[in-house]
Amino acid sequence: MRETGRGIILRTNAKFMVPFILLWGLYVLTHGTSGPGGGFQAGVVLAAGFILYAVVFGLEDTQKIFPFKVVLVIASLGVSIYAWIGVFAIVCGGNFLEYGKIPLAHEAAESSKLGIEMVEIGIGLTVMAIMLSIFYTFVQRGD
Amino acid sequence: MLDVIDVILTKYNYIIYMSLMTLGLYGMIGKSNLIKKLIGMSVFQYSIFLFYISIADVEGGIAPILVEREVTYTNPLPHVLILTAIVVAVSTLAVGLSLVIRIYREFGSVDENKILMRLKDD
Amino acid sequence: MIEELSNHLPILLIVSGLIGAFLTPLIGLIRRELCSFWASFITLIQFSISIFLFYQAVQVGRISYWLGGWEPPWGIEYAIDILNGFVLVVVSTICLSVAIYGRKSLLKEVPGKEIQLYTLYILLCTGMLGIIITGDVFNLYVFLEISSLAAYALVAVGDRNSLVASFNYMIMGTVSACFILLGIGYLYLMTGTLNMADLSRLLPPLYDRPAILIGLALLIVGLSIKTALFPLHTWLPDAYTHSPSAISALLSGTFTKVGIYVLMRFIFSIFGLEYFLRNTDIFTFLGWVASAGIIFGAIMAIAQDDFKRMLAYSSISQIGYIALGISLANNFALAGSLLHIFGHSLMKTGLFMVAGAVIYSKGIKRVSQLEGMGNVMPFTMGAFLIGALSMIGIPPTIGFVSKYLILLGAVENGEWVFAAVILFSSLLTAAYFWRVFEKVYFGENKKEEKAGKEAPLSMLLPTIILAILSLVGGFLAPMFIRVFELWIGGVILGGV
Repeated sequence: MRETGRGIILRTNAKFMVPFILLWGLYVLTHGTSGPGGGFQAGVVLAAGFILYAVVFGLEDTQKIFPFKVVLVIASLGVSIYAWIGVFAIVCGGNFLEYGKIPLAHEAAESSKLGIEMVEIGIGLTVMAIMLSIFYTFVQRGD
Repeated sequence: MLDVIDVILTKYNYIIYMSLMTLGLYGMIGKSNLIKKLIGMSVFQYSIFLFYISIADVEGGIAPILVEREVTYTNPLPHVLILTAIVVAVSTLAVGLSLVIRIYREFGSVDENKILMRLKDD
Repeated sequence: MIEELSNHLPILLIVSGLIGAFLTPLIGLIRRELCSFWASFITLIQFSISIFLFYQAVQVGRISYWLGGWEPPWGIEYAIDILNGFVLVVVSTICLSVAIYGRKSLLKEVPGKEIQLYTLYILLCTGMLGIIITGDVFNLYVFLEISSLAAYALVAVGDRNSLVASFNYMIMGTVSACFILLGIGYLYLMTGTLNMADLSRLLPPLYDRPAILIGLALLIVGLSIKTALFPLHTWLPDAYTHSPSAISALLSGTFTKVGIYVLMRFIFSIFGLEYFLRNTDIFTFLGWVASAGIIFGAIMAIAQDDFKRMLAYSSISQIGYIALGISLANNFALAGSLLHIFGHSLMKTGLFMVAGAVIYSKGIKRVSQLEGMGNVMPFTMGAFLIGALSMIGIPPTIGFVSKYLILLGAVENGEWVFAAVILFSSLLTAAYFWRVFEKVYFGENKKEEKAGKEAPLSMLLPTIILAILSLVGGFLAPMFIRVFELWIGGVILGGV
């Protein structure tokens, strides 16, 4: 009887809310350099969107979008983005994570901003993936 | 007597964080339920975050977001540090909860005394 | 290009570990077996970088690396001097040898979990190297938590009891990390900086403020839990006994040493010796606690039948030596402490490897079942013999030199009680290792097992190399001491 337990109001609301939560997450992710926000917060918001989806529509449906293996790959990928951008700064003649030296824009400040945004994307992906993987681990019954 | 009241009124943030910390420590030591121990651990950690945030405060300061007019900002560094520490606290809690889940599957209980008794039986 | 790259080695040490750790799941998706080779490869890179950094630090004196190009008091700085360059080499040596050793051992003890294990393994190593290399106290806290979290998870993959051991370790470890965070908070509150070099410049005028004392007290208590100094050691025996052998070998050789290093860094570099000469009670207290730990650990080790548990209690005793050397704080004692960090890492990791090898090929965990093992596993037990002799302090092993130096330090300060404690505990150490010798070499092997049933070569080789190092280390000790003197001279002369 669990299917009817997830009422129609809940499902309709969740359907309505999930896209907005994800959009809000993306907003927070991209505004981390010029206002409050950033990778950590955005990752948690994005994960919250998917977790809400999983709570309402069931774990199987969510794992069709994000299987456990994909989540692990995304987590690894996010940290790799962060690390490789840092290393790329070394290649461009700066110190580790010295974004100003990366030739992304004409001015150092501008490329610094872009560099931070790219790192924030990496962090956001990792945080989202880790939050999801924690959720998956706790929800799955048995082994 | 006035001195004491003065200390309480001016340094109340220290008193609050100390009380929370003691509360958390009690939770970790005094409770036999592992989940309650973890709750105590979290309270213990967050009391320290409170300490950091309270020392960052500047009288009349606003959140450190760049604005046009001339204002006083609170010290942003402790906020950033605590953002990192919160992530650490969440990870610790996740590790702790997953340990408790495995302990529950292995021993069939989250009560410390029962678990220790079962360990002795082995 | 090579010249260019060598300036960036401090950060590459950490980044190689981070990239390595998070590539492990991807490599595991291709082939599970590759994970262990990958871990060995990453730790090999870290080992080579550490050696190079130490060499550079001895030549130049102090290397400083600015993250993101920000100047130190504002940005995070990685600083390598002789003290942490040396600890880097010690820790990365152990990480590398355990990674090679662990391939077979972990496969047998914890089958089918290579991906998670080696991700955590590389993270633990990287976290520890990060603690050592960083010149920023908050960065130190973050690395401490990274490595601690990895350690909790690694301890938990052992047998059934390891879950409870890991849970207790986690609670204790979190309390300790919180104390460290709080101590750092008080220092930041008083000075407004987190950079170690900047702190050491700003602290002397504030010496008589009570907030500094509270900060120091919190730091010492927090670090004492991490290093398992005597009254705060309760997490250690269970965690070492029940975790997989390779993990106990790694933790015993490195994690407690890292804690001791941080203690030394805070005491001698950040606060400065002068603070402790003003408040002599701190060192007196530390000395007595350390002595109590030395005796307690040794006595408890005599009472244990479980091989790994005996070694764990012996660790508590040996950590007491290092702490005693710190509390004596003179030329001899400090050189002895530093050498004992090196020596104890080699010996104790080697001994845990022996315990793991016995579990691997015979499944024997208890001392009383080791009868006649000297014939069955001659090379493994030979390594055990050298390690144990070094632990007791028989010349010419490295354990002898370091204990002798700490003893000289105690005599120079006129602390006859501490000198007596060192001598007496050597006797106790001999007592608990003699029990094992007796079983191994003079015990009757009832089953008449054939000789030469050794552990595989990949396990035997690191064990024997560590044993030989702890033997050769005794002969090389004068060279080490000359290097230490460069650092100790700066600390003691700079402090007074």
